[in-house]
Amino acid sequence: MLRDITLGQYYQTDSVIHRLDPRVKLTATVCYIISLFIVDNIAGYLIAGLFLAMIIRLSKVPLKFMVRGMKSILFLLVIAVVFNLFLTPGEVVLTFWKLKITREGIRLACFMAIRLVFLIIGSSVMTLTTTPNNLTDGMEKLLGPLRHLKVPVHEISMMMSIALRFIPILLEETDKIMKAQIARGADFESGNLLKKAKSLVPLLVPLFISAFRRANDLAMAMEARCYRGGEHRTKMKPLIYQKRDRMAYGVLALYLAVCVAVGRILL
Amino acid sequence: MSIILDHVNYVYEAGTAMEFAALKDVSLTINEGEFIGLIGHTGSGKSTLVQHLNGLLVPTGGNIYYNGKDIHDKEYNKKELRSRVGLVFQYPEHQLFEIDVFSDVCFGPKNLGLDRKEVELRAYAALKQVGIEDEYFYQSPFDLSGGQKRRVAIAGVLAMKPDVLVLDEPTAGLDPKGRDEILDQIAGLREETGMTVILVSHSMEDVARYVGRIIVMNRGQVMFDDVPRAVFRHYRELEEVGLAAPQVTYIMQALRKSGLDVDTDLTTIEEAREEILRAVGK
Repeated sequence: MLRDITLGQYYQTDSVIHRLDPRVKLTATVCYIISLFIVDNIAGYLIAGLFLAMIIRLSKVPLKFMVRGMKSILFLLVIAVVFNLFLTPGEVVLTFWKLKITREGIRLACFMAIRLVFLIIGSSVMTLTTTPNNLTDGMEKLLGPLRHLKVPVHEISMMMSIALRFIPILLEETDKIMKAQIARGADFESGNLLKKAKSLVPLLVPLFISAFRRANDLAMAMEARCYRGGEHRTKMKPLIYQKRDRMAYGVLALYLAVCVAVGRILL
Repeated sequence: MSIILDHVNYVYEAGTAMEFAALKDVSLTINEGEFIGLIGHTGSGKSTLVQHLNGLLVPTGGNIYYNGKDIHDKEYNKKELRSRVGLVFQYPEHQLFEIDVFSDVCFGPKNLGLDRKEVELRAYAALKQVGIEDEYFYQSPFDLSGGQKRRVAIAGVLAMKPDVLVLDEPTAGLDPKGRDEILDQIAGLREETGMTVILVSHSMEDVARYVGRIIVMNRGQVMFDDVPRAVFRHYRELEEVGLAAPQVTYIMQALRKSGLDVDTDLTTIEEAREEILRAVGK
């Protein structure tokens, strides 16, 4: 039932992209998003698209999983396109009743759609190829310098890893409790809104109790291992840049340079 | 009154890298009034199998019939099925949610649409059946001990008066005394009501004393399906899949090997005692 839900999550396989340092992937994702907003012509988007296609190919993740993430933003995408299409002033191409479609509008709408699609796919490449733990490790390391500004970087990333780690556990728990209550004749589907909300009580009460129990157990286990925050804490697998990571940075820099050159200068 | 599984297959997360076949071509017939032990190592597919019995999981291949009707037919009333085939999950105490013990047990029969009097009568009877005294009826289920919570949860399913009772590891996490109490109660219930009982476990020792038929699951397939003594004869094969026959089997086999002429097809300590006395006395 609920087992089928994936939250833009990790796809396990072995590829160059999977093995990259999470810091590289984070930086690359941010740079890629920036690049999408720098370029402003078809040639630029072509390059961005090719770059993305290459990464997807290297990551060995089936395209199906990338596209799955698109469903959730379809609504947003349609709105963005419609607004840009009808509300951009400029040279009128078509008129329906009171609505005007302009040449600039078409151009903007197309670019906006491409941008959003690339943006979502680009960031899902990161989450699909990086385990949540790796991702938070990378984030902790990248944001490390903020410690000097008294930002609790370690605590934030620890909270994030715990939260991420518990999503599948709680999903599984929900699935189990739901099944147990269905076996006792509970009905989660039919009825009006009020009835549906009421029918959730037998699901939510045990779920909350179990979440608190798990939190308590986890806190106890951390305490027992003398966890006391990030100070002087070392890692079993520290993040160290490898040759492939440096190469990836090189490729990224090259990509950005080409984007700026094509997207801005050769307008 | 029977359940027939006809070449049932079940695959988790089909089409992904995590694809996993939990059941492979399982065919079984479960007859009315049987007391069955379903045994297998962790991950052998036994929990997946029992969730098929009341239609919680839909097989990815094959069919399941209850009383001769396909339970995944469009017209089939699944709610009715779930009241006929009662399923008690692992750690059932985790599903308690009501403010007191009595209302929690009422949840099942209430969902069947029975009138209030009938619901309360059934809840009362079910709580008595599992040995919960009146003084606990209006306490919060969360204040009870582990063993009591579990019995209340079992009563929650019993109150639906199922014809088939399936219990998934009902003794997990209980101490030996609590374990024996629950198993004795289940056996007593079966005597009393004549319902079909399927006991899921990973321990032969637990079920050997009670059941009349043992189904051993391994890697999603039925490995053995026979009366206990016939299954225990394969104790070497059972060991290979991470299970073990009851200790009595080992003792009798060892005695046999050291020259004492005893029958090795025994399942309980009492039988073994008689047999050893007989062999020695001779």
